[in-house]
Amino acid sequence: MKTFRILAASLAGLAFAGLAHAAGGAKHPHAPDGGWPFEGATGQYDKASVQRGYQVYKQVCSSCHSMKLLSYRNLGEKGGPFYDPEFPNPNDNPFVKALAAENEIVSPVPNDAGEFDLRPATPADRFRSPFPNDAAARAANGGALPPDLSVITKARVGGASYIYSLLTGYPDFSLYEDRITEENGETVYTTVIDMAKFEKLGEYMPHHGPAYLIQPTGQYYNPYMAGDTKPNYLGDPRHAPPGGFLAMGPQLTDGRVEYTDGTQATVDQMAHDVSQFLAWAGDPKLQARKEVGLATMVYLGILTILLWFSYKRIWRKVEH
Amino acid sequence: MSGHESNYTPNSAFERWLDKRLPIIRFANDTAISFPTPKNLNYWYVFGGILAVCLAIQIITGVILAMHYEASVDGAFASVERIMRDVPFGWLLRYIHANGASMFFLAVYLHMFRGLYYGSYKAPREVLWILGCIIYLLMMATAFLGYMLPWGQMSYHGANVITGLFGAIPLVGESLQTWILGGPSIGNQTLQRFFSLHYLLPFMIAAVVILHIWALHVPGNNNPTGVEVQDVEKDTVPFHPYYTVKDGFAIAVFLIMFAVFVFYAPTVLGHADNYVEANPLVTPSHIVPEWYMLPFYAILRAITFDIGPIDAKLLGVIFMFAAIAILFVVPWLDTSKVKSMRYRPVARQFFLGFVAVCLLLGWCGAANPDDAVIPALRGEASLVVTYTDAAGAVASATYAGGDEAYEAAEAFMATLPATAGASLEAVPAPTFLFRHLSLILTFMYFGYFVLLFFLGLSEKTKPLPESIHKSVLKAHKPKTGTAVPAE
Repeated sequence: MKTFRILAASLAGLAFAGLAHAAGGAKHPHAPDGGWPFEGATGQYDKASVQRGYQVYKQVCSSCHSMKLLSYRNLGEKGGPFYDPEFPNPNDNPFVKALAAENEIVSPVPNDAGEFDLRPATPADRFRSPFPNDAAARAANGGALPPDLSVITKARVGGASYIYSLLTGYPDFSLYEDRITEENGETVYTTVIDMAKFEKLGEYMPHHGPAYLIQPTGQYYNPYMAGDTKPNYLGDPRHAPPGGFLAMGPQLTDGRVEYTDGTQATVDQMAHDVSQFLAWAGDPKLQARKEVGLATMVYLGILTILLWFSYKRIWRKVEH
Repeated sequence: MSGHESNYTPNSAFERWLDKRLPIIRFANDTAISFPTPKNLNYWYVFGGILAVCLAIQIITGVILAMHYEASVDGAFASVERIMRDVPFGWLLRYIHANGASMFFLAVYLHMFRGLYYGSYKAPREVLWILGCIIYLLMMATAFLGYMLPWGQMSYHGANVITGLFGAIPLVGESLQTWILGGPSIGNQTLQRFFSLHYLLPFMIAAVVILHIWALHVPGNNNPTGVEVQDVEKDTVPFHPYYTVKDGFAIAVFLIMFAVFVFYAPTVLGHADNYVEANPLVTPSHIVPEWYMLPFYAILRAITFDIGPIDAKLLGVIFMFAAIAILFVVPWLDTSKVKSMRYRPVARQFFLGFVAVCLLLGWCGAANPDDAVIPALRGEASLVVTYTDAAGAVASATYAGGDEAYEAAEAFMATLPATAGASLEAVPAPTFLFRHLSLILTFMYFGYFVLLFFLGLSEKTKPLPESIHKSVLKAHKPKTGTAVPAE
């Protein structure tokens, strides 16, 4: 029996290791230094960080990305970044009202004349979408559809760490080089990155001197993006860099937003805040879940102990 | 229906009145209170009770979720998120329901392995076993239908793969697939019928569970010795309070594990792609079912060759369904007269191997079939230069080795004229792939059942205890110098 248990345990371990490895291709996402405050059995969101993250979303992301599943009232609900215990109904919260009113939306219901007015949003309204429909979004973004961010941290392996790694993982623009080659008598201009100079890749080392990664027009290399770099890699294809290309270029530059709470807006800080904001948006009931979870665990723990002693007592005279 | 004398005495005038008209209290008493149960049942026998709890949890949470769910391709994804965000405790209901499916299957697999180990499928319990297999089949269908409902990427493309299997059936396949989908492809009508059936099947499961318990209570429980009850006084205890309290304890422990998933890792058993709304135009890079279907998915993908007129796809489907169908005939495949593997030392080893094969098949199902099983053992990829030679034919040159191979390939490409259109690609070194492992494991899976047939005819078994009572006393002999081989 013992050997079987050891065998089963090692098999289970192996299976999990296999699953973890299955992502492949892209570089494994990592959490910021110090990890996320919302991890673990009692971890909660850092409210100030989620508030700043909303500011980054509003001022940077929301110009292309929708968050159709969220309403402004969610910001003021329990567990949300602007929750105020004085206003249990977030629709009454003046701060949430003000945040909503900053956005002008097309009213979802027609007015008396049957027309759809432009009006400031109320807490009951959905987050303003930057484009009226997917086709318009594609047209404005070179054919690529910016994904809706409502549940993005649940929709990507690695969650908030993936968003954080992606946003901070781009090679710096200073690494982009113009490369001029002659092909069939014509001069070809390409934008390349010399992978040997891209230090963020860490352990990865390209073999054989100048190993260029060609940047396709309108596409940006990121080591955390799922994809394949082989077709664009000038070098040993066995050592092609991890990651892939995406249509979103690096968006965060130092000082891109001016935080209202005075925090210095470094790229790392903004990526950290917006990732945490998106984690909250995808899982707004985390606080309630962990509170109910703790109570449930205590209840079940006591119940189990009582049942164990009942079992021992009832069976004490039966040989079994 | 129970095969034991009723010891119920109606105590009040109402009970006596009711007992003459509908002896329902007597029935409940005989079934759940006084039913004689072998006293030597171990913790492997608690999963029946746990499964009843699982079914109840799934039905209760499911009925409430259905009140808020919208079965339409435009609204399904958003309605599930609405449940998570705006329905009071909707997040709890949905996480319990989604993780509950996994818990249900975990318990049913342990229950089935228990049955296989202690020979619970043998006479006189064949019908009991077959009813269990029907429940398992209905569970798989229910889980598959339910996985479609959130209308995520994996819902859509998983359903596409599985319904496509029916298309592999010769002659009627394509019509059958269209009939199941309600159209040429998955659409609103498919989602609506899947929802309707997902609501129906659990009640069919509940009905078969009643038959399953009925069929259990006619011959009574099997037990770890496989020796039937001979003396009700000595061998058994009444179900209540002895097994209600033991099962209750086990259920509480199981619920703790369940709650850990629901409250602290609610999405760990799911797939990230299912939080992306279904899009028929974008196929996920790896389509995988939920973990409990993985062994069968591995068998389906293991068959990559044709046999005569049967192509690989159909053959995979046949093997996959055969893997479930074979369970139905286990009572007649196993020829041994001895029920419990405790007394079948050789069969016992093979049983443990069978469990390992099932787990490994699950691992294969999760992996990409073309990945190396042990990547560390895989040699370095070789480089292949593909080009058009002077005669206009496609030619290739292969360079194996380390860094010098790349230099050689580059040098060779430099010698080719521009018109050759030379391209360089890395071809992975041949190694032992998951595809190969799956095939071996598939044959081992079926081999186990064949082996049961022949082993039962020839194996030498250990002597059986005279009775349950004697076996219990033997196990509890005071410790002396010589160790007692206890289970």
